[in-house]
This record gives sequence, structure tokens and C-alpha cells, in this order.
Amino acid sequence: MKAVFLGTRGSLASPGPETARYGGNTSCVAVQGVGGTVLVLDAGTGLRRLGALLSAPLPRVDLLLTHLHLDHIQGLGFFPALYDPEVEIHLWGPASATQCLRTRLTRYLSPPLFPVHLRDLPRPERLSFHDVVSSEEFSVGEFRVRTAFVCHPGPTVGYRIAADSASLAYLPDHEPALGVPNFPLAGDWTSGFALARGADLLVHDAQYTLEEYKDHVGWGHSAWEHAFAFAELVGAKQLVPFHHDPAHDDAFLDGLLARYSRERPGLPFSVTPATEGAVFEVG
Amino acid sequence: MSQKEIELILMRQLASYLAMPVFLVDTDGTLIYYNDPAERLLGRRFDETGEMPVQEWSTAFTPVDEAGAPLPPDALPLVIALSEGRPAHRRFGIRGLDNAVRQIEVTAFPLLGQGDRHLGAVALFWEVGT
Ligand SMILES: [Zn+2]
Ligand SMILES: [Zn+2]
Repeated sequence: MKAVFLGTRGSLASPGPETARYGGNTSCVAVQGVGGTVLVLDAGTGLRRLGALLSAPLPRVDLLLTHLHLDHIQGLGFFPALYDPEVEIHLWGPASATQCLRTRLTRYLSPPLFPVHLRDLPRPERLSFHDVVSSEEFSVGEFRVRTAFVCHPGPTVGYRIAADSASLAYLPDHEPALGVPNFPLAGDWTSGFALARGADLLVHDAQYTLEEYKDHVGWGHSAWEHAFAFAELVGAKQLVPFHHDPAHDDAFLDGLLARYSRERPGLPFSVTPATEGAVFEVG
Repeated sequence: MSQKEIELILMRQLASYLAMPVFLVDTDGTLIYYNDPAERLLGRRFDETGEMPVQEWSTAFTPVDEAGAPLPPDALPLVIALSEGRPAHRRFGIRGLDNAVRQIEVTAFPLLGQGDRHLGAVALFWEVGT
């Protein structure tokens, strides 16, 4: 499978010459299978560029939302397939104890936040909503997808995508170190462990430096150090630090990578921070 | 190694910061975590014991009623929370390994996750004197 990074930024779209390389668009990763199936992980502002990536319109697109924070859904309204009556769209997202996924998404896709109502889209019946809970498994085309609730404010799932022997774990907003003074504990007491175990590609929250994390405990994100420790714990083969803080520009992120490469030689996995437009062959 | 559900992980993390004894059991009644203050009741440290099956932890102290008679397990709040899936509260005495009876208040509640997942139960102990 192939993972294409359309949006890598956390929290808020942060375009500008100083973020051009790592990217200013918020979370969105397209996963393409050899059979042509396309899964889209999160619908941040990067989603808008998916159309340009595809050679032909797809008959079906599956959008897998980790949660409904704005930086993960803002691109939805600007996704051309939403307005194409021929495209079947499946939206997957975490169940909540109160309202269904459709109702919660409608809060954003309705006035005054957005001019168009979901029900006013062409052939709205081609949209399917799937409320997912923890440890759910389903198949889409050649992909097997597994979910797990993970540590982040509000219902949030991570996804593991597998095809043949290749696997990708996607945990863009994840604070497994919350309340753990000497992170990590054993795997069975670590959020996201089962999902990410042995993944070929681990796309993981790396919003902060450890110094910054101290002022943001409980905000739902990880420091680079946590991402490293988590990757080592789960035995990932490649770590992709993701969900870059809006204040971290290209020069700062280059500096971080250089610093960690210096400080942590011989890690048992490779580290490639997410940059917008990057393509990873997985497996 | 199977991973605990996130609700149990977060409950453990919260409990590890609390000053009152907290017990966390899974759906089988296995004691999967107890915090530092709870060690005083059990007389053992979690780091030493790890998880404990129900037969083991439930005999660590003897619950007794107001008259000093032993309480059957199904009268204990944690057992009610687990078996009946509802919160339960009770004041009773516990006879520790030192044979002294301490009066405690116990509040227990089941943990229900989204998607109707039964995850276990939590008990908070509150010592009210001897
Ligand atoms: Zn986010
Ligand atoms: Zn978030």
C-alpha cells in the first residue's frame, strides 16, 4: 500500500513560506491499495487536494475520522466528491454516548459554520455513516481496518490499516504518556499499544518538545520523546512524527530532527517526520 | 500481551494520583490495579503482586457487619457493581491481618464503555475510624 500525506499540521492550518516544506494543511493521509481502494485518514484541510492526486474519480471513498476536532474535519466541506452524485462516500468515526456521528458532523456541516446542509447535497443517500467503537474490525476493499479508543479528549479512535503483510498505524492525536511519570508502562497498560504493535509505518502525534509538553499535559498530545518511546515499545519499523504544532516552522522541525538524530543514535526504527506531499510505500 | 481498554488505563492513571484507596477489577473480578493508598488495606504492594484473582484479593481482609459477623461476598459493593452492573455503597468493617477491625465506607461502580462494553468495576474505600 501507499500512504500519501496531504496534511501534516496539528490544531490549525498554518500556511506560509516558513511552513512550506513540512506543510500547513491539517491532518489528512490517503492510503491507496494495490487493488485501487482508497482510504482517507482524517478530513483536515489537506483533504481538498485529494482530487488532484487521483487519475480518475473513484466510485467509492472511505473517510476514516479519528475524532471530530475541527482540524480533522474542516476539509470535509471542500471535498469535491461530496458534491459528485456518482461517488459513494462512507464516513467512519468514533461513536459517542450521546449523539450519532451524522448528527455531530452536521453541527459543522450546517449554517452558520458552513453554508450547505448535509441533506442538501446531491443524492445524500450515497453518504453512509458508521459509528465505530473500540476493537472493531472491518474490511474495505483489500484493506482490513482495526480501531481502538485512544487517549485524547473526547471519543477518539486510532486506526490500523493492513493489507497482505503490510500495516500502518495512524494515531495523529494521542497522549499515551498522560499521567505516566516514567513513560511508558508495559504495553498492556499503554494506550494504542495493541493497535500499533509491530506496525511497518507508525504515524504518531509529535506535537511538542518535552519542554513544551510540560505546559500542555492533558491537552491530548505527545512530545517527540513520547513518540520515540511509544514506537520502541510497540516495535514499529518506521516512525512518522505527525501533527506538527503550528508554532513549529520548517527550520525548527529540521532542528528537532537533527537534535534527536544526534541524541538518539541507534534507534531500532527509522524516523521520517511527515512532510506535506510525502509518499511512503508501506510493507 | 493483551492491551487494557483505554477506560481502564485512564482509571488507573487517575487512581495512581488519588489519596484514597482505589481498586480496579476487570469483568472477571480480577484485581488488575490498586493504588498506593490501597496497599495499606491489602498489606501488599501492587508492584510486588501484580494482578490478583478474586479468590486471592477477597481473602486478604475479612469484611464484617455491624455485629462483627462475616459479610457474604455478594453483599460487598464491588461484587454488586460487577455482578449487577449498578453502583453500590455500604459501610462495613474489615478485619485486617493484624486482627483489628477498621470501619470503612465503600463506593463501587461499574465501568461501562461506549458500545455497551462492560469493562469492569471500581471501588473507592474510605476509612472512617476504628
Ligand atoms: Zn488534531
Ligand atoms: Zn484532537
